[in-house]
Amino acid sequence: MTLQTVLLVAAALFSVGLYGALSQQVVVMVMMGLELMLNGLILAAAGFWWFLAPDPSGQVLLLVIIAAMTVEMAMGFAVATLLHRVRRVDMTDMAADLSG
Amino acid sequence: MITAISFWVLAVVAVLSGAAVFWVNSMARASYSLALSFIAVGVQVLLLQQNYIGVVTILMMVMEMAVMAVYMVMFMGMNPALMPMSMVHDKRQALAVAVGVFVALTAGVLLVPWPARRGAPAEDVTAALGEELMGPKMLAMITVGVVMAVTIVAGVVLAAHRTRYDRFGDDLRRRPAHDPQPGGVGR
Amino acid sequence: MPDSTVTTVSAGWALAAAAILGLLVAFAAVLDGLFSARTAGAGPSGMTRPLGETARLVRQRRRTTVAADTLLWRIGSSGLLFMALMIVTVVPLGQWTLFDLDVGVVWFNAMDVLAWAFVWLTGWGANSTHSLIGGYRFLAHGLAYELPLMFALVAPAVAASSLNVGTVAAAQADLWFVVWMPVAFLVFCTGVVAIAVWGPFTPALGSDIAGGVTTELSGVDRLVFQGGRYALLAAGAAFAVPMFLGGGNGPLLPGWAWVLVKTSALLAVLVWLRRRLPAVRPDLFMEVGWVVLLPAVLVQDLLVAVVAVWRT
Repeated sequence: MTLQTVLLVAAALFSVGLYGALSQQVVVMVMMGLELMLNGLILAAAGFWWFLAPDPSGQVLLLVIIAAMTVEMAMGFAVATLLHRVRRVDMTDMAADLSG
Repeated sequence: MITAISFWVLAVVAVLSGAAVFWVNSMARASYSLALSFIAVGVQVLLLQQNYIGVVTILMMVMEMAVMAVYMVMFMGMNPALMPMSMVHDKRQALAVAVGVFVALTAGVLLVPWPARRGAPAEDVTAALGEELMGPKMLAMITVGVVMAVTIVAGVVLAAHRTRYDRFGDDLRRRPAHDPQPGGVGR
Repeated sequence: MPDSTVTTVSAGWALAAAAILGLLVAFAAVLDGLFSARTAGAGPSGMTRPLGETARLVRQRRRTTVAADTLLWRIGSSGLLFMALMIVTVVPLGQWTLFDLDVGVVWFNAMDVLAWAFVWLTGWGANSTHSLIGGYRFLAHGLAYELPLMFALVAPAVAASSLNVGTVAAAQADLWFVVWMPVAFLVFCTGVVAIAVWGPFTPALGSDIAGGVTTELSGVDRLVFQGGRYALLAAGAAFAVPMFLGGGNGPLLPGWAWVLVKTSALLAVLVWLRRRLPAVRPDLFMEVGWVVLLPAVLVQDLLVAVVAVWRT
């Protein structure tokens, strides 16, 4: 377990998440992709903290990332609910269409 | 040795279950394989000696994914398990971009001359984090707190379709409120 | 780990911890059988009911349903037992503990939210309407009990200025936390009862939906699920001992004995409560959780924090 290996795993998680966020059509699946990207970020930040500068302020960054995830989820769910109620759609492509 | 083995096992679990999210065709399996990925990363963070962050990651993400599964069932218009179909767009470009980003990140990881470690971790990492949050980094915590509170309000405003006028009448005087689902404390 | 008051024993003792948990489960099940028999007016014959039930379930053939998600179903039904075992790893038995984690309190919290996943998965896996409705009922309960439970765990941690379970227990040498944080204790017990899908929180297994989550569970799966509920009740009671009931502190008896005595006593009360409290409907309990329990426990936390600052 070195910094490089940790970052490689994080990069793999990030890329898988990026693929999902770009390719999925359903709003909730796009959110899953974003979550996976942030998952990679958590691991990368934890790796940087441990292998480069293990002082407490690095941990604060991790907490901020986790907070960002919760905000993303909460707003994502709210917007998904709103889209579903107002437009009756669950897909990003349809949400981008102008309503007739 | 045990650390190295568990790190690699967890790494494989994290990446594979992360990939499984977009590969399985069951909404529950997708949500919970993402939860598994998060648990694996949380345990890896534990291996990197950040006990609090690691355990909190597991705690929050399991809860989030339990809610996520509900939303998946609610908002996946078509059930991919009953009706196999492709729910993706721009698959080739997305794959190309993802692979490109991975290659670029890997190149960066391997080529950058990473500096040596500066300083040593505190005796009690969790206590140090607490001191930092309640001391020099308090501003960050305050900001996060405010953002969270705003998120709660904004989320409810976006998602709720009934306003106080629906509940209390046009003059806001109707008591008890007119709710389709009465609450438990009789408001 | 700073000023650790407990010694970590080797991993082999995990078997002993599991055995103790098993004894507590048997105790709770026998007690419940006794109470059931007394309610039915059948005398002490209820004591052997758990034994008969176990024998019946072990021999029963597994029921299968169409298009069940067997993997998730098995994970869900065996998960509760796993959670209980993970929780007891951080509970110190007198001065011994299996896992002296510096964030043991958060560990308990992380393990108890797994109930959301496991109970819902048990309901989902069977591919049956009634069991899925049960799963949703549990999640609705979860939304109401989880935040109060989290903030209830904050109070002892603040008072002891530590997230380590052993340190929290040691901080109660003079005065048990239950004395000056009763609200947090009651909310914690509510949470434990809820994660065990017990007593007032049984609508997820309600007979109005043909057994809810357990509708299609049969044989060994059902045994493990029901055993897991008892085990969670026992593990929650065991965790309450170092958090609120003074850990191993007590006269005459050694610490480990006190832990077991207190755990059994609290467990007995929780089992007894099953017949004393009405079932709470998820929709009604939602508002109780957010409007009553959450503010109450937050005020409790504030009081504890003020006292903790004042004492230093």
